[in-house]
Amino acid sequence: MVRWTHDQIQDVVQEVYEYVLQEGLDPLETVFEIVDYETMNELAAYAGFPKRYPHWSFGMEYEYIRQSYRYGLHRIYEMVVNNDPAYAYLLESNTWVDQKMVIAHVFAHSDFFKNNAWFSKTNRKMIDTMANHEATIQTYIERYGPEEVESFLDICLSLEDLIDFHSLFIPRKSRQKPEEVQPRPTPVKLKVPRPYLDPYINPPEFIEAQKQQHEKKRQTPPPFPIAPEKDVLLFLIEHAPLENWQKVILSIMRDESYYFAPQRATQVMNEGWATFWHSRIMTRYLLKDSEVIEYADKHSGVLAAPPHRLNPYKLGYALWKDIEERWNKGRFGPEWEACDDMKVKTQWDRKLGLGLQKIFEVRRFANDLTFIDQFLTEEFCNRHKLFVYQYNRETGYYEIKDRDYRKVKQQLLLQLTNFGKPIIYVQDGNYKNRGELYLKHKHEGVDLDIPYAKETLKHIYALWKRPVHLETVLQNRRRVLTYDGGSHLEVQMA
Amino acid sequence: MALQIERDYQRFREIVKGKIRENLRKYMSHGEILVPRGRGVVSIPLPRIEIPHFRFDTRKMGGVGQGEGEVGTPVGVGEVEGGSAAGDQPGEHLLEVELTFEELVQILAEDLELPRIVPKGKEDIYVEKERYTGIARSGPESLRHFKRTYKEALKRQLIAGLYDFENPIVVPIREDRRYRSWKVRLVPIAKAVILYMMDVSGSMGPEQKEIVRLESFWIDLWIRHHYKRTETCYIVHDAAAKEVDRETFFRLREGGGTRISSAYKLGWEIIRERFPPDEWNIYVFQFSDGDNWDGGDTETCIKLLREHYLPNVNLFCYGQVKSAYGSGDFIYHLERHLGRAENLILSRINSKEEIYDSIKAFLGKGK
Repeated sequence: MVRWTHDQIQDVVQEVYEYVLQEGLDPLETVFEIVDYETMNELAAYAGFPKRYPHWSFGMEYEYIRQSYRYGLHRIYEMVVNNDPAYAYLLESNTWVDQKMVIAHVFAHSDFFKNNAWFSKTNRKMIDTMANHEATIQTYIERYGPEEVESFLDICLSLEDLIDFHSLFIPRKSRQKPEEVQPRPTPVKLKVPRPYLDPYINPPEFIEAQKQQHEKKRQTPPPFPIAPEKDVLLFLIEHAPLENWQKVILSIMRDESYYFAPQRATQVMNEGWATFWHSRIMTRYLLKDSEVIEYADKHSGVLAAPPHRLNPYKLGYALWKDIEERWNKGRFGPEWEACDDMKVKTQWDRKLGLGLQKIFEVRRFANDLTFIDQFLTEEFCNRHKLFVYQYNRETGYYEIKDRDYRKVKQQLLLQLTNFGKPIIYVQDGNYKNRGELYLKHKHEGVDLDIPYAKETLKHIYALWKRPVHLETVLQNRRRVLTYDGGSHLEVQMA
Repeated sequence: MALQIERDYQRFREIVKGKIRENLRKYMSHGEILVPRGRGVVSIPLPRIEIPHFRFDTRKMGGVGQGEGEVGTPVGVGEVEGGSAAGDQPGEHLLEVELTFEELVQILAEDLELPRIVPKGKEDIYVEKERYTGIARSGPESLRHFKRTYKEALKRQLIAGLYDFENPIVVPIREDRRYRSWKVRLVPIAKAVILYMMDVSGSMGPEQKEIVRLESFWIDLWIRHHYKRTETCYIVHDAAAKEVDRETFFRLREGGGTRISSAYKLGWEIIRERFPPDEWNIYVFQFSDGDNWDGGDTETCIKLLREHYLPNVNLFCYGQVKSAYGSGDFIYHLERHLGRAENLILSRINSKEEIYDSIKAFLGKGK
């Protein structure tokens, strides 16, 4: 086995870095570390961070990673942490070719972190922040006992998806308390284009009715929250009857959730981007003749997918390649869309050479959702033999259901919307004027997993300490699930 | 880099052991769940421990895949695949948790609330054992005995008149320091023999033998844990008895009648010749479906038990396994004639699910 000295690696890094810049990538400053597989597995369990708060779920993750490594199912060649400077870990047992490939891969990730708009609000000192989180929670463990803190962490982790990813980009004024918000003055009179129409448009009975309605509105308290709140975690931090330390822990969980959100929102793109660039840089500059076979083997390993499965690396990579080709050859715009002669289409080449420019533009603004929505074309779908599968209750198998590209796209978008998690709002924090919490699931065609939802409601109850309701749709009927601290209730709505 | 995975990993293992404890009854009745891996380790497949969250019904979610196939071609089995995001997740395979026999015994001890077996020491072989019971004036700092050190310092200060009752500060000096030290003790080694007897007559089918096999796993585990040296001995019988090795014991199937006394006689011979009761702790486990054909034979058995076994063995356990032909009345006779003997334990095992209870009955007496 090769043992890598720090200097050797630095030489490779320097060499790759020059080509990276030459190709127009713009990575964060990146620190490389060589680690053995044990350390790599440990880091992977902590998502690359040397310090995380104490929780058994990391131990479980570690056991999974360790076992799949031991059985040869899985090997982590590299890992990058979105931080400034970015931290990259390279596996000690990587070969010379691996290291070159992996370093180029890492630089492309690092470029993506720095330049994709969805990462513009992330904390770039997260390694420090995570260590602080660990210290804070450790203090609480000493003060309140490990069981107490652990069971609270279990609750928090069960709710960690309930954030509003887009809220990072909404500049907010300070939050107003409900009583400070004045109801909008309702126009008592309707606007009249000509004065003589006034008695007809605003007859006295109408004015009276308007006044009464207005008065009634003024007397009923404003809704709480004013508008449905998607950041359920924030709502709980602000309004649930929690101890101070519990609020701090919940805030920590929320911060970490927001930190990881952009990575989850760009997984397909980001992996595709890194693969695109390692492939381009390797084949153009770094590969020696003797290394071609080994490189081809590794590269195809990255893109391999079990039969009928979709590998996100491969999907991302293929889409980037497709965009590059289309913009190089001018296969876009109304003329291209309008053309339905396959012969013309296959030979279409306007020699525009806009491919690289286009992909840099896309990497700046897109996320997986917009990426797939915009660039997954019918041709692409057919060429890559994508299909939608569905569970067949009768046979007990997942079966191919449709090959229509619109269905494929719709399914992919569904899976990417809100990271493939149901969208849940706080509808009413004072339901029935009894301080009960009313949540609403925005149903988009797929029902919730009810046993899971019930368990989760229990956890929310543990924070809210008053009955918790969840409105959802189950088999095309509106239902409300309720947990009141003792038992579950399921009510069908009209 | 100071990583702390060990902390979280240990906590996870604690939780896992808790799960195993909760489901011990299940693990005991399904032998395939425990996979022995080499020496002293078993591997237990566990489903992933999930933290509940709002998620979609995976059955209704479906997904996107890639490859050949007509509409209707199956691409995965419902139970195995989660149909998770983008269909790319590595299958949610089971986690295999490895436990040492030691850890398994601890779980057993906590769950079954078994009193620990007290070795009936025959003090002929000794080993040296160190125990930290002494105090010395010198030693490594890590073994310093703080309380004793301060006591010495206080005594010295009192004698020298340096102790100020208004300002009671005690400062030890070098001469006051005391350290823990060890003393060597001789500890007798206890030896035990486990004698298994099984009825292999026609009425004992594979299912009955499976029950015996599973029980013997836990019995071995438990008794081996408590004795430095353990021997096992296997006797099968139908109308006649013979000693066999472990492999044969669980595989052999004979036809013919049943004469339990034949096994008792052979067992007693073996004990007398190879495992004299004044040197060995003797555990006998007998399994049968209770159909002892010859009427007079049961009386012989009771006589043998009363005269030879019960006065000499630590424990005589009889498990009556229900077979396709029902359960015989041997256990009833034992109960009637010898029911008051303290070291005779009788247990009816009607199905695999009752293994847990019978283990508890057998080993719960702390003999």
